[in-house]
Amino acid sequence: MGSYVPNTSRQQEEMLRECGLKGFNDLYRDVPETVLLKDKLALPEGMSEMEVIRHMEDLAGMNTVYRHILRGAGAYNHYIPSIVGEIAGKETFRTAYTPYQAEISQGVLQSIFEYQTDICELTGMDASNASVYDGAVAAAEGCEMCRDRKRSRILVSSAVDPKTVKVVRTYSFGRDVEVTMVPEKDGATDLDALKEMLGPDVSCLLIQHPNYFGILEDMDSAVSLVHEAGAKVVVSCNPISLAVLETPGEYGADIAVGEGQPLGIPLSNGGPYLGFMASTAKMMRRLPGRIVGQTVDCNGKRAYVLTLQAREQHIRREKASSNICSNEALCALRASAYMAAMGPEGLEKAAVQCTSKAHYLLERLEEAGLKRTYEKEFFHEFVTEGPKTDEILKALSGNGILGGLPLGDGKILWCATEMNTKEELDETAAIVKEVLGS
Amino acid sequence: MKLIFERSTQGAGASTQYLPSCDVPEVRLSGKMRSRQLRLPSLPEVEVDRHYSELARNAHGVNDGFYPLGSCTMKYNPAVNEDAAALPGFTKIHPLQDDETKKGCIKLADELKKYLCEITGMDAMTLQPAAGAHGEFTGLLLIKAYHRSKGDLKRTKIIVPDSAHGTNPASASMAGFEVVSIPSDENGCVDLAALKAAVGEDTAGLMLTNPNTVGLFDPNILEITGIVHEAGGLCYYDGANLNAVMGIARPGDMGFDVVHLNLHKTFATPHGGGGPGSGPSGCKEFLRPFLPDTDDPMSIGAVRSFSGNFLVAVKAYAYLISIGAEGVPEAAKGAVLNANYMKTKLADLYPMAYDTVCMHEFVMSLEKMKHEIGVSALDVAKAMLDHGIHPPTMYFPLIVHEALMVEPTETETKETLDEAVQLLRDIHAAAYADPEKMHQLPLHTTVGRLDEVGAARNPVIRYEFEA
Repeated sequence: MGSYVPNTSRQQEEMLRECGLKGFNDLYRDVPETVLLKDKLALPEGMSEMEVIRHMEDLAGMNTVYRHILRGAGAYNHYIPSIVGEIAGKETFRTAYTPYQAEISQGVLQSIFEYQTDICELTGMDASNASVYDGAVAAAEGCEMCRDRKRSRILVSSAVDPKTVKVVRTYSFGRDVEVTMVPEKDGATDLDALKEMLGPDVSCLLIQHPNYFGILEDMDSAVSLVHEAGAKVVVSCNPISLAVLETPGEYGADIAVGEGQPLGIPLSNGGPYLGFMASTAKMMRRLPGRIVGQTVDCNGKRAYVLTLQAREQHIRREKASSNICSNEALCALRASAYMAAMGPEGLEKAAVQCTSKAHYLLERLEEAGLKRTYEKEFFHEFVTEGPKTDEILKALSGNGILGGLPLGDGKILWCATEMNTKEELDETAAIVKEVLGS
Repeated sequence: MKLIFERSTQGAGASTQYLPSCDVPEVRLSGKMRSRQLRLPSLPEVEVDRHYSELARNAHGVNDGFYPLGSCTMKYNPAVNEDAAALPGFTKIHPLQDDETKKGCIKLADELKKYLCEITGMDAMTLQPAAGAHGEFTGLLLIKAYHRSKGDLKRTKIIVPDSAHGTNPASASMAGFEVVSIPSDENGCVDLAALKAAVGEDTAGLMLTNPNTVGLFDPNILEITGIVHEAGGLCYYDGANLNAVMGIARPGDMGFDVVHLNLHKTFATPHGGGGPGSGPSGCKEFLRPFLPDTDDPMSIGAVRSFSGNFLVAVKAYAYLISIGAEGVPEAAKGAVLNANYMKTKLADLYPMAYDTVCMHEFVMSLEKMKHEIGVSALDVAKAMLDHGIHPPTMYFPLIVHEALMVEPTETETKETLDEAVQLLRDIHAAAYADPEKMHQLPLHTTVGRLDEVGAARNPVIRYEFEA
């Protein structure tokens, strides 16, 4: 049996004696008799470390690790340089707590300051927080930042990832905020409909760019429509795409959020991931969660510290901008290490390869008999339609390929990244062709 | 320390070595492209490596030394759990794979939920919340959805003791409740009269940490949950302090209806410098339909995209199967004993806020020292920094003046506790010998005391590149 209690029972008896106690029962004398557990917990017996790791290997072995992944829809398969894992695996980073004691936490604080800078550079925004739980939560918190007494209704584009919409709705249930969906037209936000729906009670529009179907939205038009109506724009973006696409700062978004998982974080069955959040300078004090700022120590030396804490729960309690305490610090550190390793050129290379491979895959799939659903320009995801969806995905799976995500009605949402070689894209198309031809 | 941006030299990056050249025709998008330069760091891999090694040297983890940070349960994070979470059969699984291709993940999650239900006395559990506060928010939404489902719209208030963590009132606010703060009694526990006066037809529920934030098990717990239930409210258990009682007593048997746990505290998963954590929410059977991340039409929806911080759950599961049924209460007892031992050894010099047997943590009040010689809880904490021990939690709970909250955890040896006790006794002597010097400490850390006011007044929260 594994145990991480190092003191021997003899030592423990001695310690109890020094406390003036007769036995362990004395420690729990405030617990009502009827509440004390009479039976042993119905848990398995403890195991040795060797048994534990074998058991874990057995469980992991029950899962299918695909050779090739052509599915995205919110979680993306990118190459992670080995150095990224080395850095995030450093024991001190892993086992430290939130850097409350700045004098012995400069390493962690500086890493967060660097992450905030990376996110500002990527998004073109002025201010970033230290992270939230994931991209969907970042979107929900971003919408909350825009709400005030007069403006409380949230508009959400129907081309936003439905998982994000679900989280925004759940958060809105908490705050009793109304969420209205803006329809989608030809795979993108219907701007004519948006114009009609904007009103004096609307706080913000949540839009995704590239959107759930991979399509590039007309952000200039969306932003000017929303701003004309006095509301704010919260844009959810893919961080890899920001290496090449116009930034939220450039097209005038008020808040940029997104799922940071593509930045060096493994798929991991959905978590831990990373929600990034950035805003204009004007909205900085409404950001939720930790923010690290630069300052000086008593000797005038540059140093870093948790700052703007007057927004936070431990100071403001029920009046805080959010309840967030723990965030995803180690994932943010991973993202920073990934961006440092890849550099601006490496990130751009990954982005261009994503686009190139996705377009190549689309061409091959069209040749194989699938039809492209939307004509608009896309980044690295696209939708096809055609018969035999289940058969196609099953045949791909049988060959170690995780195909696109079925959206219903014969539609499939595909994704390609720098990880997918020409050879495997050809292989995929050949399998699709065979299924459709039979 | 240089910032990584100050170490950068444009064009010196390692970037080109990671990806092969593109083997399909290159496609450049014709839409609007970024015109601003992307100023990410650009440096050779060896420099990236050294930069982060330098940062790591200037930080303090559980591996570096004793970490008695009250309320945070900084126990040892076993290495084998990391190996388990690094298995490709977990890390390479796409969350949207079909269930039949990730049976191992599902089995692990189901078993972990079952174990956590057994430990808490709950009937159902979700692993979706990503941290403790996230779990609180989830649990409060369950309470809200429950009252709504009964058409009971007038239950708009959540009662929170004044000793609670700040996340409790903040979460209640986010869930749309009005917060009613009730005072604690002279023992730091719930004031029954104040509670009775506070409950009514508008009570949605009570949030309580037990053992509470002053480190005591509330002896009136059954009366407390009874009063709230009697009034038609539900009882929420903040699991921040479960480490003291796991395997000894269960929130479900104390009368609680909803709980959240912190896998990154009680179940030995590392804190990562502020996350990722994991904050599973558990509930009694009647609240099951409202849980997030299910197909139930009554579900509150989802609090995150996918089903939780899965790799954190993997580590907690590995921890539980290692220590097993007997190891769970053994850990709790060890934690409580270690805390009482330190408390006993310090009580003659450092007045205890509540002089009774404590649970897994205890609170000292340095009010007397502050009054006599002007040395504060902050000064004592800062003095510890020069000696490789992370200080206790400062100035919490709010109901104790000049508070230092000490939580040693069960994974520390008696020798470590003795050393920490000796250090605190030495600091006490040093303070009375030369109180002025205490305000200058620490002297041997990377930086000295910081100008926090200046940081907040003129926020510099990103690196500004030279033009």
